[in-house]
Amino acid sequence: MVTVWVSRDAGALALGAEATAQQLLAGGAGIRLRRNGSRGIYWLEPLVEVECAAGRVAYGPVAARDVPGLLNKGLLQGAAHPLRLGPIEAHSWFTSQQRLTFARVGRIDPLDLDDYLEHGGFRGLRRALEIGSLATVNEVVESGLRGRGGAAFPTGLKWQTVLKQPEGQRYIACNADEGDSGTFSDRMLMEGDPFSVIEGMIIAGVAVGATRGYIYLRVEYPHAFQVLNAAIAAARKAGYLGADVCGSRIAFDIELRLGAGAYICGEETSMLESLEGRRGEIRVRPPLPAEKGLFGAPTVVNNVVTLATVPVVLAEGATAYRDFGQAKSRGTIPLQLAGNVLRGGLVERAFGLTVRELLYDYGGGSASGRPIRAVQIGGPLGAYLPESQFDTPLEYEALAAIGAMLGHGGVVAFDDTVDMLEMARYAMEFCAIESCGKCTPCRIGSVRGAEALRNIARGINPEANLALVAELCDTMLHASLCGLGGMAPFPVQSAMKHFGGDFRQRTPGS
Amino acid sequence: MKQSAAPKPLSQAQHDEILAIVARHGKQAGPLIEILHEVQRSLGCVPAEAVPVIANALNLSRAEVHGVVTFYHYFRGAPHGRQVVRLCRAEACQSMNGVALAKHAMKRLGIGFGETTPDGAVTLEAVYCLGLCACSPAAMIDQELFGRLTPERLDELIRRDNEKVST
Repeated sequence: MVTVWVSRDAGALALGAEATAQQLLAGGAGIRLRRNGSRGIYWLEPLVEVECAAGRVAYGPVAARDVPGLLNKGLLQGAAHPLRLGPIEAHSWFTSQQRLTFARVGRIDPLDLDDYLEHGGFRGLRRALEIGSLATVNEVVESGLRGRGGAAFPTGLKWQTVLKQPEGQRYIACNADEGDSGTFSDRMLMEGDPFSVIEGMIIAGVAVGATRGYIYLRVEYPHAFQVLNAAIAAARKAGYLGADVCGSRIAFDIELRLGAGAYICGEETSMLESLEGRRGEIRVRPPLPAEKGLFGAPTVVNNVVTLATVPVVLAEGATAYRDFGQAKSRGTIPLQLAGNVLRGGLVERAFGLTVRELLYDYGGGSASGRPIRAVQIGGPLGAYLPESQFDTPLEYEALAAIGAMLGHGGVVAFDDTVDMLEMARYAMEFCAIESCGKCTPCRIGSVRGAEALRNIARGINPEANLALVAELCDTMLHASLCGLGGMAPFPVQSAMKHFGGDFRQRTPGS
Repeated sequence: MKQSAAPKPLSQAQHDEILAIVARHGKQAGPLIEILHEVQRSLGCVPAEAVPVIANALNLSRAEVHGVVTFYHYFRGAPHGRQVVRLCRAEACQSMNGVALAKHAMKRLGIGFGETTPDGAVTLEAVYCLGLCACSPAAMIDQELFGRLTPERLDELIRRDNEKVST
């Protein structure tokens, strides 16, 4: 029997991986088909990996119709073929990456606990149980890990705050409401290595004395839902979740909850409201969720990538982790390269890669073959960067210095056909669609902003409308209650600043 | 949420089903959204008539339940068409001709986003990111995902599934 791997990741499925897998099963006697997550090399999905003496030899992209020919040419022996990529881990896309959080994604069967253990799984949890609560929190503080969801708040500080609260019920809430366009790292982790998220949550529970965790998953991720549900059940069965985690007499269990299509629920207080079964309207801070969070109890709210990185920090040690990265951005960041690029996918590296290196060295330039004119970093609330800023390193402070933000690490490229006025209008419209309605600057400002930008596009009072947009942005920035209204001006202002020509000389009626 | 045009009372079976769903979530903390998901899975939507039943069973006001149902884009007041095309309209997909694809879909189906064709065959919905941004433009058609969509491919997928339904 020859072991052949085909991904069941949603991105691979969207490119036809299921049909490829079925064709392999139908055509190849002697195949042991295994399913993995995606390695994030989406430009070569569906990827077929054959276990050979040389390692896992990959072919890609393999459409279902390519399978019979490949089998004839000796696919199962790893034979030569135009689609042959060689041993996958020696591929240049991976050799320059530093995969810590994503070390197992694409390599293992996501729901095989033995696979997880063989690849270093639960080492972090064992260490946390050995060193105990306070030392675990300190380890995370020392690692310099900051929240990968977008806000980049130091994870260890959050945990310390929860630990300091008076005795009583505490919660761990995993924010899996990955709504930013251009991002898919949470999804890849949940589908490709769900036990790492679960392990991170258990460690957080051990660290701050929480016995219950919730995962708030967006409804747009049905595949992640299935994998997580199965993984939670498997972890419970194996004694990693429940009344007695690994015989430690510490209790911890996880409940998976589904969102219902509201972008705002990725904002932590809105997510807590939603978890409690209410409208996802944001809460005024203070109190912080770490003091008064889910059901009024102290709550650690962390993103999927953050939690899945915690086991690495514990297993390898804080120093080993903080040795990656630069300045105040320590460790690695899974960058998601998306939109109009030739080679899109996931690149995990120590902080510091420049936008240009990501776009061209990894991405190979635009998919359309036209010049890349703009990139949006950090989702729909992130700034647009012009080509002159492409040498900025992808790290928190360097991006903040140019009025941009790294957010959740999504980088979306646009070629020179993009109309930046249209993108600015869309940013306001998206904010209007997704505003929770609680505060006026966001609720009204976004509607009026979209309207004014529409008028500019039609050549109606452009100067007055541009001034109005600038004023609305200012109000939203400074007076909104949360990041939605408070950051929606970023894409608008950056578009106006760097691509001003797109906002002028619009002909009436166009 | 889209309101059903002609409200009709719940059947006894639907009524009982809703109460059974609420009872199943009895021990859960903050269960309302979980209950709404299950009601929608079971009845195909969350009909307005279900709101007082759920409110009563959970000891909430009708306004509270109505407020939650209408806050979330995913909950619908009327069942969708036989096929649901959820087209991503977010930035990454826009950068790869997503806007043209959306216009094509509306023209091809003769409906706007959030609408269902008069024969009840297809519902067209906007979605803001499916996490398939490295293979834009993307869509979820029923439960199946598609990346690098073209207008031609979208036509095939719509036609294929409609034929499947009509045979």
